[in-house]
Amino acid sequence: MRPPGVGLPRWLYLPAGLGAVFVLLPLAAMVSRVDGTHLVALITSPSSREALWLSLRTSAASTLVCVVLGVPMAVVLARTDFRGQAAARSLVLLPLVVPPVVSGIALLYTFGRRGLLGHALHVVGVEVAFTSVAVVMAQTFVALPFLVISLEGALRTAGQRYEVAAATLGASPSTVFRRVTLPLVLPGLVSGAVLAFARSLGEFGATITFAGSLAGTTRTLPIQIYLERFDDPDAAVALSLLLVVVAVLVIAPASRATVRHRRGTR
Amino acid sequence: MRTTRTLSALALATVLAVTATGCGSDDSGSKQTLTVFAASSLTRTFTELGRQFEAEHHGVTVRLGFGGSSDLVEQIRSGAPADVFASADTKNMDKLGDAATDPRSFASNTLEIAVPPGNPAGITDLQDLTKPGVKLVVCAPEVPCGTATQSVARSASLTLKPVSEEQSVTDVLGKVASGEADAGVVYVTDVKGAGSKVEGITFPEAAGAVNVYPIAALRDAKQSRLAQEFVDLVLGRDGQQVLADAGFGKP
Repeated sequence: MRPPGVGLPRWLYLPAGLGAVFVLLPLAAMVSRVDGTHLVALITSPSSREALWLSLRTSAASTLVCVVLGVPMAVVLARTDFRGQAAARSLVLLPLVVPPVVSGIALLYTFGRRGLLGHALHVVGVEVAFTSVAVVMAQTFVALPFLVISLEGALRTAGQRYEVAAATLGASPSTVFRRVTLPLVLPGLVSGAVLAFARSLGEFGATITFAGSLAGTTRTLPIQIYLERFDDPDAAVALSLLLVVVAVLVIAPASRATVRHRRGTR
Repeated sequence: MRTTRTLSALALATVLAVTATGCGSDDSGSKQTLTVFAASSLTRTFTELGRQFEAEHHGVTVRLGFGGSSDLVEQIRSGAPADVFASADTKNMDKLGDAATDPRSFASNTLEIAVPPGNPAGITDLQDLTKPGVKLVVCAPEVPCGTATQSVARSASLTLKPVSEEQSVTDVLGKVASGEADAGVVYVTDVKGAGSKVEGITFPEAAGAVNVYPIAALRDAKQSRLAQEFVDLVLGRDGQQVLADAGFGKP
């Protein structure tokens, strides 16, 4: 909370309001296009349910992978010093700035049939292209930086005072990590995971390039929306609304929890 | 007073940003711009024809917009400033109704099987696409090439089991060219346009689903005379030659 007496410059409200309108107006326009009478039928059709279920499952899986890989990555980046660290950080965050299609092409050239590891994978009997695993990989690739960047920020803000104290009292590095570091940055981890989930849910470009598009296996909700747009624009709008609602349901509780936690610690 | 000054600076910045991004669509002087919207599969041929048209009409710039036919129809209906529209199928041209002046068929396209160089799965005909272990990629039934693929398979009493149903021909070609898929069903012109990246296998059943391309000047065209001249170029000898070279059939 801002201490009383420090007001905001009044002119700030104009661009702030414009920005808010710019974000909200298209959403409102989309909602106004929703065909109310068929809404329920459109979003509960078998193809919609299949796509939604696939999206939720793959996004949950990729979020899990992001946590398992991303937490150690963030800790290494925040708590150690090594040569080339700045370069390593930039490279890790690269999928944030690279268009998703490019990420998809990169994944294809790595794990595809004729990719860098494709032959080796084929020998051991693993083929990822055109499977749900490929969807999870594409989502993880683009979502991982979101988790790493927000957790690394949280770790740096939290500082090392408590970790140092625990270590002086004889706690092993693993105990410090588990009992001090993780609980301290839990809100950062949660918001990072939520961001990663949201990014996975919206993933389109890398998935379509790397995984393909087949109902029930690789056709996630965004791809279903893109496809429906050609044939049945009403269904596309209804599904878009569904995606927005799901995203809001995921993000709202988590961001509220984070804010509450931050206020509580101050 | 600082607030006012900042406000006016902001306003000025906004105005500048808006004018900088606005397109100069005025026809001042001798410069004229003809806007042609065409289906993605016409990218190469219409780029070439646009160049020809510019060479024959001094001071005319041809602006080309390529995309899926249904997307383009949607844009035209929403008021996009197009003078000519060339669709990949009659269905989308029909959606425009009166807004398209006298649509004429100018080309046709048939399906062909595309395989990676060397044809690793040994595909020789349509039947082979159903062999177990063959990774087949087709267009989704929602898009024109997918509709055609479906109708060809149906009339041949084959059930295709693709590993992926893509959104566009380009996506299908990409999967085949990268060797990720063993075969894909696309149009003859797509195989030709892809050069040595894929090999084409024709199949007789394709004759059952020929796609006809219509072109029309648009009713709301700003350059109605130029629009008609462009349509005439496409329908004329030069236009037909360019299209035939790219693999398009007669309408």
